[in-house]
Amino acid sequence: MSLISDVIQSTVAVVKGMKRTLSEIPREKWTVQYPEQPVTVQPRYRGQHLLHVDEAGKEKCVACYLCAAACPSDCIYIEAETDPRPYADRVGRDERYAKVYNIDYGRCIFCGFCVEACPKDAITHGYNFEISVYNRTDLLKTKDDLLITKQKQSKNYRVALSTEDVDSEFKEV
Amino acid sequence: MATAVENLQTGVDVMDSALESQMTLSMGPQHPSTHGVLRLDLRLDGELVIKAIPDIGYLHTGMEKLFEYKKYQQGIVITDRMDYLNPLGNNLAYVMAAEKLLGLEIPERAQVIRVLMCELQRIASHMVWFGTSCLDMGAMTPFWFTFKEREKILNIIESASGGRMTPSYFRIGGLMMDLPAGFENRVKQFLEGFPDALNTFDTLITGNTIWQSRTQGIGVISKEDAIDWGLTGPSLRGSGVGLDLRRANPYTGYETYDFDVPVENDGDVWSRFLVRMRELRESHKIVKQALERLKPGPIKADAPKVVLPDRDDMRKHMDSLIHHFLIVAEGFNVPAGEVYHAIEASKGELGVYMKSNGGPKPERVHFRGPSFVNLSALPVMAEGEMIADVVAIIGSLDIVLGEIDR
Ligand code: SF4
Ligand code: SF4
Repeated sequence: MSLISDVIQSTVAVVKGMKRTLSEIPREKWTVQYPEQPVTVQPRYRGQHLLHVDEAGKEKCVACYLCAAACPSDCIYIEAETDPRPYADRVGRDERYAKVYNIDYGRCIFCGFCVEACPKDAITHGYNFEISVYNRTDLLKTKDDLLITKQKQSKNYRVALSTEDVDSEFKEV
Repeated sequence: MATAVENLQTGVDVMDSALESQMTLSMGPQHPSTHGVLRLDLRLDGELVIKAIPDIGYLHTGMEKLFEYKKYQQGIVITDRMDYLNPLGNNLAYVMAAEKLLGLEIPERAQVIRVLMCELQRIASHMVWFGTSCLDMGAMTPFWFTFKEREKILNIIESASGGRMTPSYFRIGGLMMDLPAGFENRVKQFLEGFPDALNTFDTLITGNTIWQSRTQGIGVISKEDAIDWGLTGPSLRGSGVGLDLRRANPYTGYETYDFDVPVENDGDVWSRFLVRMRELRESHKIVKQALERLKPGPIKADAPKVVLPDRDDMRKHMDSLIHHFLIVAEGFNVPAGEVYHAIEASKGELGVYMKSNGGPKPERVHFRGPSFVNLSALPVMAEGEMIADVVAIIGSLDIVLGEIDR
């Protein structure tokens, strides 16, 4: 007797569950067919970094090492140099600039401390998260890979796709 | 000889060595229902578990040592990676311990935001627990529903902090930055839809006879045993002890929120399940109240030598810029002393013991992880159960191996 009622109750439970599950079919989908469809990220999303330039294309970074000091995983390497030439000829906006600026993405944990530390707004997080490579040494990105002017040409460059009303202090992209 | 050596390695007393019918089964470390890399050494007599010995350490990353080499502010990012389902709770425990040492006063708005985010995170964490523990026992459907709810919360957390699993949103002395515009609307939207989702879970699982007969009377731990083994959180409250640190030892203003502490008395998998399901409704209530209290105001403590100055201020004023430089480059000195601060994380009491020698880096940071202590009671619960029920018991403990091994 109890076996029969067990079977009946279990069947009822399964039918109830299936009813709820099947009622989900016509509703809004939450899954995204990545990579065919792009993924949306929020404006504050912390992806691969961008090194910014001013209106004339001069690098904003003054090689103050603050980002390197703030970085919890010690993955930023900078070599500073002074360029006494006039503004029009030099690479940096200021006389002092970073001759070498490397970020080791094998170590970076995308915490945003470097962005928070930079007094010149020279470094921000971009929205690219597709940085997997076949060779570990390729994870070391140099200034050539990080400068915003270079990244804009790359197929990996992306902007935040979220259309929702969310702002960011660091957007500038 | 071989058995003796094996017994020595697994720590099993040689005296209770095997009858003919006994066998040892190594469950894990790659078993999907162990929620990470946990290995269980199961002594079996047929399908009955005679002894279950957890073997941990596969995920050891030396986090506690790492804290000694990081400035106080930098340590926050490490806490994210301990209990990766409840990173904001870990952030909170860590920053509050440091704030205790520094004697910082946190402004009202920051406190409310902390409560709001932590409760959202608790819901997200319980969602993963619910989905995976059902999945472990063969109920696949709830998993998709729970991950949909979790996705909404992760989007909210991402919009505020920029990170999904590793937000690092709290800072010693306040928050990383203020909430983005439109944040309140998104939380409201989530809150409106969430009771519906809870009803769905009740339809699918709680009221389901198959689920009930699978969990009731399984993995029982008595009230006394639960206290003796140091269980905390929902696992303790499932055994009839109504201890919740948000009530017993309030922090960030939890004493001013109106919520219940759910308690169940049977101490089995079903009780622990019910406690967590009811907690979801309580967290929903707290988020709602926190949202109403959200008033404009400062989000950082008034301590120019510890918290980074406002970004606009830093661009315009020389003294702010100097403070910014000093804090980032050298960190701040924390007065010598030691503190223990505990919060109610989604899995139980998460305590931080912090010792400072007066410098910019902590001398020692130790975590009392709820998963670690709760797992230690597994042998008591699993003894005498069927092997298939061990999976249910692990699921009901809600462990995260990232925190157990640290
Ligand atoms: S995001 Fe964090 S880990 Fe990565 S470079 Fe910046 S500070 Fe270092
Ligand atoms: S990126 Fe910013 S913080 Fe880093 S060296 Fe350049 S100016 Fe300084």
